[in-house]
Amino acid sequence: MTELLRVKDLVKKYRMGDMDVPALRGVTLSIGRGEFVAVMGSSGSGKSTFMNILGCLDRPTSGKYFLDGDEVGALTADQWAEIRNQRIGFVFQGFNLLARTTALENVELPMMYSACNGKQRHQRALEVLGLVGLSERLGHTPNQLSGGQQQRVAIARALVNRPSLILADEPTGNLDSATSAEIMGLFQKLNRDQSITIVLVTHETDIAQYAKRQIHFKDGLVVSDRLTGSLRSSMER
Amino acid sequence: MLFMTLRIALRALMRNKLRAFLTMLGIIIGVGAVIAMVAIGEGAKATIRSQIASLGTNVLIILPGTSVQGGVRTGSGGVNTLVDGDAKAMMRELPAVAFASPALRRNEQIVAGNLNWLTLTQGVGPEFQQIRDWQVAEGRFIHDGDIESAAKVAVVGETVVNQLFGSDDPIDAVIRIRNIPFRVVGVLAPKGQTSQGTDQDDTIIIPYTTMQKRLMRITFVQSIVASAINAERLPEAQAQITALLRQRHRIGPDRDDDFYIRNLSDIAEAASSSARVMAVLLGTVASISLLVGGIGIMNIMLVSVTERTREIGIRMAVGARRKDIMLQFLVEAVVMAATGGCIGILLGIGSSEILNDWAQWPTHISTTIIAIAFFFSGAVGVFFGFYPARKAANLDPIDALRYE
Repeated sequence: MTELLRVKDLVKKYRMGDMDVPALRGVTLSIGRGEFVAVMGSSGSGKSTFMNILGCLDRPTSGKYFLDGDEVGALTADQWAEIRNQRIGFVFQGFNLLARTTALENVELPMMYSACNGKQRHQRALEVLGLVGLSERLGHTPNQLSGGQQQRVAIARALVNRPSLILADEPTGNLDSATSAEIMGLFQKLNRDQSITIVLVTHETDIAQYAKRQIHFKDGLVVSDRLTGSLRSSMER
Repeated sequence: MLFMTLRIALRALMRNKLRAFLTMLGIIIGVGAVIAMVAIGEGAKATIRSQIASLGTNVLIILPGTSVQGGVRTGSGGVNTLVDGDAKAMMRELPAVAFASPALRRNEQIVAGNLNWLTLTQGVGPEFQQIRDWQVAEGRFIHDGDIESAAKVAVVGETVVNQLFGSDDPIDAVIRIRNIPFRVVGVLAPKGQTSQGTDQDDTIIIPYTTMQKRLMRITFVQSIVASAINAERLPEAQAQITALLRQRHRIGPDRDDDFYIRNLSDIAEAASSSARVMAVLLGTVASISLLVGGIGIMNIMLVSVTERTREIGIRMAVGARRKDIMLQFLVEAVVMAATGGCIGILLGIGSSEILNDWAQWPTHISTTIIAIAFFFSGAVGVFFGFYPARKAANLDPIDALRYE
C-alpha cells in the first residue's frame, strides 16, 4: 500500500491568555492510500486539532505534514485553498450545506472554485449524486431533506472533485442509529469500490468499528494504533 | 468566473429582497438627489448665462475720461476726447475687436401724429446691431449709407411702437424728433428688461452722424461700444483698445488715460459664480445623502457577513480562496450600489422633468452628471463594500465553520 499522508512530530499549541495549552504534543503517523481510519478520543484529546491540520485548515506549531509526497504544512492560505478544493473532501457533523440552495448546487459548489465549465460541473454533480443514491432529490433544498439525505449530499460534495482524502468529522453525530448505519455503509462502499481514503473522527466505538484501522488520541498523543479490519458492515450494496 | 460571482451575488440579494431594496433606497435617494439638484443648478446657471449673453458679455464700453477744472471734477464723460474715427480705427486695426460703433444717447420727446413719447434715443453705427446681438423684427437696421448721408431714418423699439402706433404698421411712418422728421425703416425685435428693470425696448435708434449733426450739434462721440471676437478674448481686446487710444490721443507714457473702458464681464462673473456656488452647494448636499446611502450599504453588508459566517466557512472549506470570498461580497455591494444608482438616475431625471414641467423651474440634465453619478454609485459600492468583504475574506475557516 502506497503512502498517502504522513505527519512527523506534529505539535500544536494554543495560546490562552499567557499560557500555552498544548493540543498535540508530537504526533507521528502515516496513512496509506485506500485506508479507512477512525480517529478516536475524548474531547480535548487533540483529535479535532489533528483533523484540522490534515484538512489544511490549521497550521501546526511545529512538525511536518506531507500529503501525496508534498510538504503542505508550510504553504500559503491560497495554496491550502487549492489543496482543500482538489485533494480533500470534508464531511461535517452538522452537514454544513448551503441553506436555500438545491442539492445539485450544493454539490456543484467545490467546482465553482476550480476550473471547469458549467456543463462539466452539472454532469459531474449528477454523477456523484447518483453514487450516493440521491438522483431523485436534485432540486431539493436542505430543509426539504432528511438528516441522512443531507449527509449524503455532503458526501457527494466531498467526492465531486475526486479528492485523494475524505475527512469526516463526526459524520453521524446528528443522526439516529439506523441512519448512522446507512451513512457508515456508504463510506464503506466508497472505500471498497472507489478505493477512497477516509479518515473519520468519532468518539463512538460502534461507529469506529466500520473502519479498518483505529487510532486513539489522548492528551495530544497517539496512545494506540490498531489495524482491526471492518468489525461491522452495513447493508449498503 | 466573474459572471458566476455575479450570479451568486444576485441570488444572495434576491433572498432578502426587502432588505436589499431598503439598502438600495439610500443610494437611490442619494443618486436621485444628486441628479435632480445638479440639474436644477445647471438649469439656473444656463438661464443666468443666457440672460447675461443677451446683455453682451463680450461688450466693452469706452467712455471719455474726467477733467478737473478749478478743482471741480466732472465725472466720467466730462471731456470730449472720443471721435468716430476711434471706433473705425478699432475695427480696422485691432485683431481682438470684432465690431465697434460710436454710441450717443439722449432722452428725446418723439412725436408721431397726435401722440408723443419720451424715449431713449441712441445714435449708433450699423455695427451696433452685431455688438448688441439685436435682431430686427421688421424692415431693416441702419446701414452705412445712412451714416454717410446722415439720413433721417429711425429704427424703433417695440415699446415705442406700442406707444406711438398701437396696432398700425410703423414702417415708412414719419416721426418727429425736435421737429425734425425721421422715416421709420425698421422695428427692433423685443429684448425685454435688463436685470435692473430698464426696458430695453423703450428706445429708438438713429444713425450717429444724424444725431451728432442734427440733434446734438457736436463733433465728438459720447461713447464707443465695441465687441471682442469672443468672451475669452475680452481682456486682450481691452488691452489693444487702451494701447490704440493712447496712441491716437497722443498720451505720453507718464500720463493717465483720457478714457475709461467698462465691461459687463464683472456682472457676468458675479452672476455665474453665484450660480456656480448654488450648484456646488446643491451637489454637496446631495453627495452627503449618497454618502449616507453608502454607509447603509456597509452596515447591511457587515450584518450579512456575520449572518453568513457559516456559509463563508463552508465555501472556504471546499476551496474558496480569500479573494473569491472577497470578490463575492464586493460584487454584492457593488450590484446593490449600481442597481440603486440606475434607479436613482431614473428617479433624478424623472423628478427634474417634473420640476421643469410643473414648477417651471429650468433644469438641465447633462449626460456627464449621469455618467458621474453612475460611476460614483459603483465607487460607493466598492468603497463601502470593501471593509465588510475584507472582513469576510479574513475569517478563519475553522471558526467560521463552528459559528452558530
